[in-house]
Amino acid sequence: MSAMQVLAELFAGRRDPAGLIPRDWDGVIGVARAEAMLATLAHRLADAVLPGPVASLLADQRRAAAVATKQALWEAEMARRALAPERIEFVLLKGTAYAAAGLSCAAGRQIGDLDILVGWQDLARAENALLKAGWEWVKSDPYDDAYYREHMHELPPLIHGGRDRMIDVHHTILPRTHRKTPDPLAMLADAVPTAEGFAVLCPTDMVCHCAAHLLADGDLQGGLRNLWDYHRLVSDFAAADPGFWGKLDGRADQHGLRSEVRRAARLARDLYGTALPSGWDSHDTTDGWFRRRLLARDDWGRPSDFLLQQAFYIRSHWLRMPPAMLARHLWTKWRKGHNPASSGTSSA
Amino acid sequence: MRRSTRIAVGPVQFRVGSDWAAPVAALDRLYAAYPNDPARPADATVRLFAARPWRRWLRPSVHIGGDYVVPDALPLPLSMGLLAAEMGMNLQVALGWRRHLLLHASAVARDGRAVIMSGVSGSGKSTLAALLGEGDWRLMGDEFTLIAPDSGDAFAFPRAVSLKNQAIAELAGRVEPERLGPLLAGTPKGDIRHLVPRANAIEAMHEPARPALLLFPRFGGDMAIEPMGAGEAFVRLTEASTNYIALGEAGFDALTRLVREMPAFAIAYPDSASGMALVEDLWAEAVR
Repeated sequence: MSAMQVLAELFAGRRDPAGLIPRDWDGVIGVARAEAMLATLAHRLADAVLPGPVASLLADQRRAAAVATKQALWEAEMARRALAPERIEFVLLKGTAYAAAGLSCAAGRQIGDLDILVGWQDLARAENALLKAGWEWVKSDPYDDAYYREHMHELPPLIHGGRDRMIDVHHTILPRTHRKTPDPLAMLADAVPTAEGFAVLCPTDMVCHCAAHLLADGDLQGGLRNLWDYHRLVSDFAAADPGFWGKLDGRADQHGLRSEVRRAARLARDLYGTALPSGWDSHDTTDGWFRRRLLARDDWGRPSDFLLQQAFYIRSHWLRMPPAMLARHLWTKWRKGHNPASSGTSSA
Repeated sequence: MRRSTRIAVGPVQFRVGSDWAAPVAALDRLYAAYPNDPARPADATVRLFAARPWRRWLRPSVHIGGDYVVPDALPLPLSMGLLAAEMGMNLQVALGWRRHLLLHASAVARDGRAVIMSGVSGSGKSTLAALLGEGDWRLMGDEFTLIAPDSGDAFAFPRAVSLKNQAIAELAGRVEPERLGPLLAGTPKGDIRHLVPRANAIEAMHEPARPALLLFPRFGGDMAIEPMGAGEAFVRLTEASTNYIALGEAGFDALTRLVREMPAFAIAYPDSASGMALVEDLWAEAVR
């Protein structure tokens, strides 16, 4: 059994950590780091009996993650102070949102950039307000900049000069050219406040976004973490609201994301043991490719299954843009000497 | 990976994997005297790999990977595999270690108290620590000094000392030849030769030492001693720490306590002998 499989089984609670030998831990720690999930694992195993050095390392990770979460929430506060005077409302997305809402998947979760959603009509003002408050453009390449502005679901990334932190300002949750076109207006309209006065997506939208991010946007690099988010989100929401699955179905249909939401549920069940209601608990032969892709890493933390990775890489572009545009995009990138295989590594 | 080995330095257990036998064999020779507990899982992973399969044989070049990587880092020729391993291990500690506040500083200890020497590459901090470590000091490390946030104690990271350029000749005459690694000539950092610390440094590598004196050495120029205020020392050490920001408040608390607890000096010295004498003088005053 590969270290990735052992990692998934530890998360699922299907494997007793006491049964792991030292060489198993080498692999598990290595791949958990590579998937940016070591601190999440540390929380999952917080009460387990572990070998001394593993327990110490995981305690370090929990402490460090608590600081990192605090810093990520501070970044959200900085965005609020930049945008509030302009009366621009924004919704926190992904990791920062999970932390702000105190959700269980936030425990140990690595948070890279600050992701926010603003209304399309506020986008230009939001960009100006952030530039005035010390954020700067990262992409100096005119093609990349134009590409973001014309085709993507977010502004070109901005970085804060003083704090060295990135912000992604979204106006919707999938690229504008994507085959799927979720409804960002509904997401903004139904957003819910947190105790500290931030706004986050409502539970069904949060799950829809999580599934879209995992399965419709990108090549599943780092997908194990997003799938863990999904697992914890649906498990917690369903425990709090018996009607949750039905509402999720309705909302997924509204956004055109039913197949993504359903597939994510099956994958979460297969890898993490998510309990699904009867109507959801089905099987799909193509899921096997996704499971294999999610676990495609060797015991040294290196990406494996090169052809499968390439296939998912091509799939991500196929979903993201129409064929003629894809050809033009790849041609431009190729002429500039970009190597597509290297673009998906170690994103946080 | 085709070859691998395990190395424990201070509190960090590494596993190092390599596409080639030579770097692993060189590491095993260099770290033969270090404790090795096969039952201990690795905290950090280093990978030395060929970017393309044929580059294992054809103009072999060693890429440095692991849990943390530096994008666009240049590979090294296979003859410098040992340097690649050293850089890979440093990188994992610098970017991944969270248990202690990490200072890019050398340190030596005596009677349970430590002199910490911080400075950029070429400042002489490594050489000075190595030379003191050959005398009646315990070498704690030539690259990193670890500060425990709860107690404020300094912990050692006594990896094989990376001697550079003139320091090689300076030390080679004083130590047993079997403690020296192979000469790596013409690396991007100049000539390099590794020195295995004395047995006392390796045996005591888990023993804490109380920080007693902070120095910012500069090799070359006239003899100079400038007392440094806690504020300046603090700012300099934030710049010398690779995880100060990641530790948040705990890092701030550890560092403010550190600079308040011990006197700090910027020192300059024309040659190693006067540098060592200077450290002894300041030490005598600091521990009085």
